[in-house]
Amino acid sequence: MISRTSPEIGGMGHPIKRKEDLRFIQGKGNYVDDVHLPDMVYGHIVRSPYAHARLKSVNTEKAKALPGVLAVITGEDLAKSNLAWMPTLFFDKQMVLATGKVLFQSQEVAFVVAEDQYTAADAAELVEVEYEELPVLVDPHKALDPGSPILREDREEKSNHIFHWEVGDKVATEKAFVDAEVKAKVHAVFQRCHPAPLETCGCVADFNAATGRITIYLTSQAPHVHRTLFALVSGIPENNIRVVSPDIGGGFGNKVPIYPGYVCAVVASLTLGRPVKWIETRSENLQSTGFARDYHMTAELAAGQDGKIKAMRVKTLADHGAFNAAAQPTKFPAGLFSICTGAYDYPTAFCEVDGVYTNKAPGGIAYRCSFRVTEAAYLIERAVDVLAQELKTDPVELRRKNFIPPHKFPYASPLGWSYDSGDYDAAMKVALDTVGYDALRKEQQEKRKRGELMGIGVSSFVEVVGAGPAHTFDIAGIKMFDSCEIRVHPTGKAMCRMGTKSQGQGHETTYAQIVAQELGIPADDVTVEEGDTDTAPYGLGTYASRSTPVSGAATAMAARKIRGKAKKIAAHLLECSEEDLDWEPGKFFVKGAPSKSKTIQDIAFAAYTNIPAGMEAGLEAVDYYDPPNLTFPFGTYICVVDIDKGTGEVKVRRFVAVDDCGNIINPMIVEGQIHGGLTEGLAIAFMQQISYDESGNVQGGSFMDYLIPTAVETPHWETGKTCTPSPHHPFGAKGVGESPNVGSPAAFVNAVVDALSHLGVKHIDMPIAPWKVWNILKEKGVVN
Amino acid sequence: MAKKQSIQVKVNGRIREAQVEPRLLLVHFIRGFPGLTGTHVGCDTTHCGACTVMLDGKTVKSCTMFAVQADGCELLTVEGLMQNGKLHPLQEGFKEEHGLQCGYCTPGMLMSSYALLEKNPNPTEEEIRWGISGNLCRCTGYQNIVKAVQYAAGKMKQGGKDDLPNIA
Repeated sequence: MISRTSPEIGGMGHPIKRKEDLRFIQGKGNYVDDVHLPDMVYGHIVRSPYAHARLKSVNTEKAKALPGVLAVITGEDLAKSNLAWMPTLFFDKQMVLATGKVLFQSQEVAFVVAEDQYTAADAAELVEVEYEELPVLVDPHKALDPGSPILREDREEKSNHIFHWEVGDKVATEKAFVDAEVKAKVHAVFQRCHPAPLETCGCVADFNAATGRITIYLTSQAPHVHRTLFALVSGIPENNIRVVSPDIGGGFGNKVPIYPGYVCAVVASLTLGRPVKWIETRSENLQSTGFARDYHMTAELAAGQDGKIKAMRVKTLADHGAFNAAAQPTKFPAGLFSICTGAYDYPTAFCEVDGVYTNKAPGGIAYRCSFRVTEAAYLIERAVDVLAQELKTDPVELRRKNFIPPHKFPYASPLGWSYDSGDYDAAMKVALDTVGYDALRKEQQEKRKRGELMGIGVSSFVEVVGAGPAHTFDIAGIKMFDSCEIRVHPTGKAMCRMGTKSQGQGHETTYAQIVAQELGIPADDVTVEEGDTDTAPYGLGTYASRSTPVSGAATAMAARKIRGKAKKIAAHLLECSEEDLDWEPGKFFVKGAPSKSKTIQDIAFAAYTNIPAGMEAGLEAVDYYDPPNLTFPFGTYICVVDIDKGTGEVKVRRFVAVDDCGNIINPMIVEGQIHGGLTEGLAIAFMQQISYDESGNVQGGSFMDYLIPTAVETPHWETGKTCTPSPHHPFGAKGVGESPNVGSPAAFVNAVVDALSHLGVKHIDMPIAPWKVWNILKEKGVVN
Repeated sequence: MAKKQSIQVKVNGRIREAQVEPRLLLVHFIRGFPGLTGTHVGCDTTHCGACTVMLDGKTVKSCTMFAVQADGCELLTVEGLMQNGKLHPLQEGFKEEHGLQCGYCTPGMLMSSYALLEKNPNPTEEEIRWGISGNLCRCTGYQNIVKAVQYAAGKMKQGGKDDLPNIA
């Protein structure tokens, strides 16, 4: 149990208001495009109008002649310093500026630098590029056909195949399917979508020729890793590179990769000796930066007539676009997709994934996916519903029959995970009670008799977040630890920095609460900073809901080191032995004599003024935390929809989300994370898709038709919780930020399919736009 | 490049003068002044509303107006909401009700909510949702923003109109 601190201290569990807010509500945040430096100039990218074409020539003369233009950089220019290509985070390389040919529409071809952003855009229009069109490959199912164009001529392997990855017991799984009494199968495409943070990607690169140092203000979720990669690629010593991630206007995984625009700005600043700002437009963001999903999946479940699941078999085709730039741990080409066996207890499974190249923008890992857990959770939760349909049983009953029971944790999943803790039925019960499940099913039956369409969708998901243990997890070789440094000042106030980077998740508030919990220093007295690689300890950044599991743990461990030293100082001050002391948040007191005590503030002062003999002065500590395992938050979501037969419009009547992320640092902030993630899930389920036509033209490449729900489309979310702490985490917390996006798409789709299941509908691919439902209703003869 | 024109715009009560190209977007004009970068750009198609400001008492998306069109007008941006060192009830409401996360949509949201409450001091939830439907948010799912506006409406009823900055 976590001891409850007073509201004045504001430790774990207090819904304290955010420290961040005061600057943001006054317009005093500092985002990348707010950075203004003396002599700063502006970059603008010339992009390819073609999806696949040979570059015949790039003529920059007219652009260079425009007054105010300082430079036009092409791929050929970069090639001279071996920078036309850059390594991706996944054993591949990516063009910075095209040489030879272009591989997706909107690919970066030239970088124009001018005195102001309007002139840079004008000059970009004057760059003349001659293309020769090549056959285009957009359908990943055709990528391996003998007649398909080979996209990546730079690779030794003359194939569009990127990788084959498999996990699980193939033989046992095949046998289970031979023996199975009941089988269920679903083909599900998790469509290509995009995280679309409201602030796009951008940077200001500022090379100071006098000091030899470069400062890069960057929309980066992983500033330290980016510094290292910049150093490795550019040859600039790492101590001469300072990456600063200032306030970030949302990341959602979009700001993990390194984009060509960043590299170009750095090159331009090194060349010109002036600060160079590059900020992409919304359309550029949607069309060229890290997309999400694009998994073409088939799942099969084998079960007994009694509804007990025996095995799962999964085959997936992954569309990675033109370069494999998926930002994920090195040993996991399909991310953590192997969590796809879900919340259910069965002995065997087999999963295989093939990645292919197409003429599309790179990406794949983004948008609250926790490294492909969105795809995994969606797949199993769809498959279980299809199985329920096969068995003509209630989807809730089927889930409850198969849940991993609480006593089986830590649970060894058939695809190799060790789930830390869970009580899936507990979350299910809360969700069922909240929504009034039985009454809803009755209502549905009555409505069906009247010809009305109503559906109930359930999703009981398991997340896997907090990457991760050093023996298995690394990004580009760097182990996926994270860190915290806490320094207590003489007056008892504290400064701490972490290796993560908030993009709105409230770290400045919640990390302070962890310090408050561990040391009893009021959260108000604890300043938290992230994002400046000169000052913050090295960390792997914030994505995949890893901040609380890893840096949160490091924060507690660093605080505990300080508490250890504080105890020695307290013993010295109280003239007793350490063994005679007890701790309550904020003070040490003599056992049996609580009036004899020293507060953490007394101790901090003594650490600078009255140090025990032989002890170092000061009160600070650092911790680099290597997590022993990931954390496995979970939840049950239930969605109720009504469908308008006339238009095919789906109206979400209710949505109940019960989440369990173990011990909660700040319930207000967790609830906000859930609201945001559910809204993304809604958008993905009903509105969002980046698609490509046969010529490789990107569709949905602006907010004209890449839809972001407004307050009007977004339903009222009902949230609830259960609490199953992570046994291995220092304070029993699990990550949660991505759970709502991971868990909700299946609930939405299951609800719509449920509404139409009596018509024989088994699956509908997202996004479930009204026209799609209307077509089904027409096809089934429900409407004329 | 077209000839620059002289314009004069009152921003948060202070006259700002500049020589601008006719094509300069109002949002870039505003953001060009030190300390006025609260007004944000989130799209290139006039959907997101992160650039929303009040122009002569009406909300506009400042990415879809040229600065020259604002010549002689009065603007209120997020930086002008605070009066005499006191947060506007809306600013307070957004903080109290956790109506923001990354903070990027917040300035525009505040301005739209401000306009809404001026017109309709007692909005229903539906009216609030429609009132901010020109403003996209990626973080909050809007629910707490609705609560923040309700908080401010309640607060302003208690405090009366005096809490509102007078820009007319």
